[in-house]
Amino acid sequence: MNHLSYLFAAYSIIFLAVFLYIILLWRRQAQLEAELLRLEEEVRELVRKMAPPEDGRPNVT
Amino acid sequence: MRLSLTTAFAAATCVLVLAALFMVFVYVPTEATQGIVQRIFYFHVPCAWVAFLGFGLGAIAGAFYLFFAQQVWDDIGYSAVEVGMLFCTLVLITGSLWAKPIWGTWWTWDSRLTTTFILWLLYAGYLLLRVIGEESERVARLAAVVAIVAVLDIPLIVISVRLWRTIHPAVLVTRSGEHGLEDPRMLQTLAVSMLAVSALSAWLFWMRLKTVRARSRLFQLRRVLAATQALRNGAP
Repeated sequence: MNHLSYLFAAYSIIFLAVFLYIILLWRRQAQLEAELLRLEEEVRELVRKMAPPEDGRPNVT
Repeated sequence: MRLSLTTAFAAATCVLVLAALFMVFVYVPTEATQGIVQRIFYFHVPCAWVAFLGFGLGAIAGAFYLFFAQQVWDDIGYSAVEVGMLFCTLVLITGSLWAKPIWGTWWTWDSRLTTTFILWLLYAGYLLLRVIGEESERVARLAAVVAIVAVLDIPLIVISVRLWRTIHPAVLVTRSGEHGLEDPRMLQTLAVSMLAVSALSAWLFWMRLKTVRARSRLFQLRRVLAATQALRNGAP
């Protein structure tokens, strides 16, 4: 390996690592957002079912 | 089309990184004794700087979490340490790639290299604790303590080249107290690289913080859901 190869390897590794980390972050974020939306909907549904009816009639959707 | 602040910052970071790369490969003169491989230094040093910054922020956030017990401090600490760890790993790799042609070896147990490796191991322990440990206040508090204790290694790394006999070059502040970059273009390139890598790490930190905040909200929601279901099923 000549000196140019070491230089090339160093900068390639830096940008490859940063690029892979960005991809990992995007994937994690997308998975979490999907899971959050699903859970929030589940919580809302449960709370709605448990809430006492305001006008005496049962909650019907 | 309206650009969000994050997108504008990401675009500015890209411009800065490209400018830094142009300066490293085109603008700066080749160092006389080490040759072309010395150009690794212009990203190696900024990577070390942002790693220290990340670990420092992780320790401060850890202290705030222990004091105020607010989830946001734990999230900031976790994000900062993870980004710091990425750059600390890059410091060790780029350092080895510089050492091989200059020293003739990938690694030597020199004082600065050893203390940096210890720092890496300590924060690897921190991340392992976060991954393996359950999502609880106990684990978060323990991680905060690890982050605070581990950061004490950073001053040791900085002064190691003056405390002990070492073969690691002291370029920014030499043993006589001056800086070792004689050509002003070298200092300019280092300054732009510092700015570029700092901006890149700040953007990565912000992205990671968003993910960690979403994760915390997810755990909070799961707890609410479990409690609500238990209530609905008539649990006391």
